[in-house]
Amino acid sequence: MTDPVYVTDALIAEDIDAYLAGHEKKSLLRFITCGSVDDGKSTLIGRLLYDSKMIFEDQLAALEADSKRVGTQGQDIDFALLVDGLAAEREQGITIDVAYRFFTTEKRKFIVADTPGHEQYTRNMVTGASTADLAVILIDARKGVLTQTRRHSFLAHLIGIKHIVLAVNKMDLVGYDKAVFDRISLAYRAFASEIGITSFTAIPISGFKGDNITALSDNTPWFNGPALIEHLENVEIGSAADEGKPFRLPVQWVNRPNLDFRGFSGQIASGKVAPGDAIRILPSGKTTTVERIVTLDGDLDEGVAGQSVTLTLADEVDCSRGDVIAAADAPPETADQFEATLVWMADEAMIPGRAYWLKLATQSVSATVQAPKYEINVNTLDHLAAKTLDLNGIGVVELSTDKPITFEAYGDNPTLGGFILIDKLTNATVAAGMLHFSLRRAQNVHWQATDIDRDMRASLKNQRPALLWFTGLSGSGKSTIANLVEKKLHRMNRHSFLLDGDNVRHGLNRDLGFTEADRIENIRRVGEVARLMSDAGLIVITAFISPFRAEREMVRSMLPEGEFIEIFIDTPLAEAERRDVKGLYKKARSGQLKNFTGIDSPYEAPEHPEIHIDTTAMTPDAAADLIIDRLLG
Amino acid sequence: MTDTLTHLDRLEAESIHIMREVMADAAKPVMLYSVGKDSAVMLHLARKAFYPSPPPFPLLHVDTTWKFQAMYELRDRMARESGMELLVYQNPEAKARGINPFDHGPLHTDMWKTEGLKQALDLHGFDVAFGGARRDEEKSRAKERIFSFRTATHGWDPKKQRPELWNLYNARKAKGESIRVFPISNWTELDIWQYIARENIPIVPLYFAAPRPTVERDGLLLMVDDDRFPLLPGEVPVDRSVRFRTLGCYPLTGAVESEAKTLSEVIQEMLLTTTSERQGRIIDKDGGDASMEKKKQEGYF
Repeated sequence: MTDPVYVTDALIAEDIDAYLAGHEKKSLLRFITCGSVDDGKSTLIGRLLYDSKMIFEDQLAALEADSKRVGTQGQDIDFALLVDGLAAEREQGITIDVAYRFFTTEKRKFIVADTPGHEQYTRNMVTGASTADLAVILIDARKGVLTQTRRHSFLAHLIGIKHIVLAVNKMDLVGYDKAVFDRISLAYRAFASEIGITSFTAIPISGFKGDNITALSDNTPWFNGPALIEHLENVEIGSAADEGKPFRLPVQWVNRPNLDFRGFSGQIASGKVAPGDAIRILPSGKTTTVERIVTLDGDLDEGVAGQSVTLTLADEVDCSRGDVIAAADAPPETADQFEATLVWMADEAMIPGRAYWLKLATQSVSATVQAPKYEINVNTLDHLAAKTLDLNGIGVVELSTDKPITFEAYGDNPTLGGFILIDKLTNATVAAGMLHFSLRRAQNVHWQATDIDRDMRASLKNQRPALLWFTGLSGSGKSTIANLVEKKLHRMNRHSFLLDGDNVRHGLNRDLGFTEADRIENIRRVGEVARLMSDAGLIVITAFISPFRAEREMVRSMLPEGEFIEIFIDTPLAEAERRDVKGLYKKARSGQLKNFTGIDSPYEAPEHPEIHIDTTAMTPDAAADLIIDRLLG
Repeated sequence: MTDTLTHLDRLEAESIHIMREVMADAAKPVMLYSVGKDSAVMLHLARKAFYPSPPPFPLLHVDTTWKFQAMYELRDRMARESGMELLVYQNPEAKARGINPFDHGPLHTDMWKTEGLKQALDLHGFDVAFGGARRDEEKSRAKERIFSFRTATHGWDPKKQRPELWNLYNARKAKGESIRVFPISNWTELDIWQYIARENIPIVPLYFAAPRPTVERDGLLLMVDDDRFPLLPGEVPVDRSVRFRTLGCYPLTGAVESEAKTLSEVIQEMLLTTTSERQGRIIDKDGGDASMEKKKQEGYF
């Protein structure tokens, strides 16, 4: 049997230049394979590499030796060993991460994302699927459509993959029975339409034996094709809907080699652009026209989606990283409140109300997420009530950003609708998200510009506004020292305001309790009030336990650089408990008081506070003097 | 993303995007330059990414003093032509102890390259280093992220790597931590060659066949590049028409017998060949099966 796809060796040997000319014009298809541990996924990928001659003799020799040593196929070659890369997983016999493989045929080049099928599937599969044009969903012909098939299909659809291949594998183990294949295809069709997958291509294969991979197999005379490779080679990559989409370029970098040149570099997210085109810069809304498309190889007449380019503009307009250059007559929206689907990827659960970094295209902003409207059970697709999202949890949430971002719905433009969330302290990527739409309240509430600004108010008071943020355990001496500081400031004719934790809970925050989420909201509100007061020109003093670093950092980010002064009132727990001014430690120890900081709720001490007060080495009065020296000195 | 872009166009656009993205968060980036064909492509992409500005970072060559002479020549020429600063680092301890591939085995790579790299990064305080590794080179590389996160001691923990979605890279890090960025992760050996041909990128002449003095040792053809090569009793360098598929320290890099004198002929040989690219390198094999993975955890690229 000759493989029609791989008869290239003769051409390579006879006319290499002709081969290369053809190869250079090949397009690129990225796809993902999804299957469970025993569906034969690694075997299929190993087979694709093997059949497309991506395996060299030395690798093959190693593979044969490995197959005998640790393989699961007896004396036969275990193709799965080709793709199971890391030592740890070879021992466990499972793949544990996303791996990328490469092969090429006469018509196309391929990048395959190989993702594991075991329980940590969601995070890895979503990662692999995010860059894929197509998904191959593997089914074991002996088992049919299983829960995991539904899960994989749902995730592929969620991430917006338009081309689905249903590869019914291990046909050799069911005697190449047409009835089995038909039954599975039919069952899958019913399920697929339920979740919104309108079309898919079903192919009966054996990854192990090689049936219907590169060529139609004699074992399935009832199947008219296409074979898997043939399908992968011919599927349309850019969909018709992508044609005619308006121009979008998220600005990555401002190119300024000298005073005469100012270019804006980025990768075109959609549409095309040519010199003379009218463009609008978002979020400012300023308009101008494109002057040149500059590259090392000379100026271009046109730039198209997918290209990385540098534009110069006809007018000197403000434009920097994070801005989006768009077709003037069809600009994207800007907003600061959204509904989105979130896939949680971190071991630590989502904390509603906590601020995370949100990165969307080239924009980075601070964002807070509300408790989910619902969580989606990926196995049953049921909507469940949820207070948070755990690792691999998927839910629909509302989120708000600290400043407006330029976006489009993920379904219309994945580049301007897909985002990641980053933990502000660990810098870990904790979630991936897809924006649905902006929420009306953001669209209709605009910032009202006022004529008298914060600098003018402060200068009238002859002082520089600041926020003195006291943090420390209950009973550490925060309120005592804060009170002394304000008295001294008052004597010095400084305008101040002391926000005390207990007092605020009698009014503004009396609806809040002491759960983690309520504590975060408590601090957020205090931060907003403190910001308003500092805008008014005041020196604001706050005394709150504020146990979590993330929330203190959130308040810091609300204020202009340098105005947030973190003061750590450092009293050891034993000492604070010994003082127990309000008798709270006693209550907490006896279990009458829950979530008490230091007892059954953590206190995250500041790592680099602006001022560190050790109360075991200093009187309250001396501490207050030191703080005032640092503030005014 | 349309069919009008070829695979090379898409790969080029992706690599440029990655390099520009680094500039958003990096305090002090550097490009590791090993003078091989992958480095040549990476440098060319950097020039494209930032044109008309020169790439806004220096080149760093972690030298072992045992590279081929032809590599040193091209290195100095490319630094001149790109307008970039070239930093050359040689581990002073390795130098003082005279560490060499003939007498010291794996210690040679460990001290000159792994330790040398760490020292150079620490010395200059680089927080992001571009490297020319490709995912198709070796099994443990297939899972490497494009932004590969390293601890303050340059360690690589496969479990702590961040998921990479779409083309959104998270380049945030704490003080002392660093990131290795691999902008040509998704390129294959064939892509590299084809791009070199398409873009006329200068490469070291050793990639093309020519008569060169060689000896056969332990199944490898080694080139006698200078008089530091200790010949064993009875060994006489023989002129053979050879070329190299990868370039490293000359005593550790096996040549292949070849007549391929042009790029097309080199590509032709590569496509019809039956051994993989890294096989001529001794480095992968010390320590057995998972040796590259182990090296990476220790801080090797």
